[in-house]
Amino acid sequence: MDTKVEAKGWNRLEMAERAAQDIPEGWYVNLGIGMPTGIADYVPMDREVVFHSENGVLGMGPKPPEDQRDPWLINAGKQHVTLRKGGSFVHHADSFAMIRGGHLDLCVLGAFEVADNGDIANWATSDNDAAPAVGGAMDLAAGAKRLWVIMEHTTKSGGKKLVKKCTYPLTALGAVKRVITNLGVFDVTERGFVVVELAPGVTLEQARAQSEAELHLPA
Amino acid sequence: MINKIVQTMAEAMAGVTDGMTVLLGGFGLVGQPNNLVDALIELGVKDLTVVANNAGGGTTGLTALMEHGRVRRLVCSFPRSNSTIFEELYRAGKIELEIVPQGTMAERIRAAGAGVGAFFTPTGVGTKMAEGKEVREINGRMMVMEYALPGDIALVEAWEADRWGNLTFKLSGRNFNPVMATAAKTTIVQAQHIVELGAIDPQNVMCPGIFVNRVIHVPYGDPPF
Repeated sequence: MDTKVEAKGWNRLEMAERAAQDIPEGWYVNLGIGMPTGIADYVPMDREVVFHSENGVLGMGPKPPEDQRDPWLINAGKQHVTLRKGGSFVHHADSFAMIRGGHLDLCVLGAFEVADNGDIANWATSDNDAAPAVGGAMDLAAGAKRLWVIMEHTTKSGGKKLVKKCTYPLTALGAVKRVITNLGVFDVTERGFVVVELAPGVTLEQARAQSEAELHLPA
Repeated sequence: MINKIVQTMAEAMAGVTDGMTVLLGGFGLVGQPNNLVDALIELGVKDLTVVANNAGGGTTGLTALMEHGRVRRLVCSFPRSNSTIFEELYRAGKIELEIVPQGTMAERIRAAGAGVGAFFTPTGVGTKMAEGKEVREINGRMMVMEYALPGDIALVEAWEADRWGNLTFKLSGRNFNPVMATAAKTTIVQAQHIVELGAIDPQNVMCPGIFVNRVIHVPYGDPPF
């Protein structure tokens, strides 16, 4: 097998679809801005998952048609959303009590890097960013019962993102439990990254070649 | 008779001076007390410390206040927006920035309103946010100490208000507004609707009047898309 051939694996929609498969009915879930938001599209409405948004929205529903948008109803990404039956609004301190108090079953964030000890870097790419913006990422990473990351396996220029040690400013220590990339699904365990599943057409050798950290097979 | 409703912005802004810390409600373009910020600009106060989630969006409100050079220091979680005004001032060294994780910011404000001086939280442990702060192990988990974040004034946008200052908020317009109302020496509210005392079902009051000092009627309508 030629490991120099770059494996593509899943596209971004397929990654979101794969992540959604593992979210069971009854979970309270916060999806970060960007690719994580797209996961909700693959959770059918009859599987009752309660989506939370930092700005005090619990029970968020799908994006409304353009002509049915409510100017008063946005999510943390400032996109117009809907509220499903059973939903509620709270103020910011209560919203973050849900996050910080460990009441969310899952948070899914994007990231620049994830280390094999679960460290995550996802808010700044240097120590001297002009005006770094952290938002709720640190609260979510530290507070949710589980943190998953969904991201491309490497940067556009081929830089490795599954690393032994994060080089960018950290968001949280040892927080990530699972990473979903275009190449597969990887759990963070005491041994480091363990391959749960590889995307169709992706070999273990290819995934390893695109990772700095070791990818272990399940014991 | 208690009547917190004022008729003019001059009355609403009475006692607001240079150097004050302003808690500014709103998230994105929703729930922003922009007319009260316009009144701050009109008043001419400067050297303000502003606590707000975003560094202004659009062209009004906080963006305009910063553009007028009135903000010395900004405490916020997410200074990026569709406006470049903050970025320009920051790069030019004309405004100080304190970045706070959003939940820590909300809780620091909540703590200030509840008379709690400081608290310990796992958020930010091991990151730049914990640098120079006390870190302690509590119940087996490392936590960083964060101080309460009180304001001299809070500027709040509400949906309904009565003359006692009882408030409701519309959908995600609630955000930081009722928390900030608790945490300032003087809380000033702009309300879309002024209603009779008792018209808000007591079970539906989202911010009781004890946290509110002044209310002015500003029926500006919907936030922009």
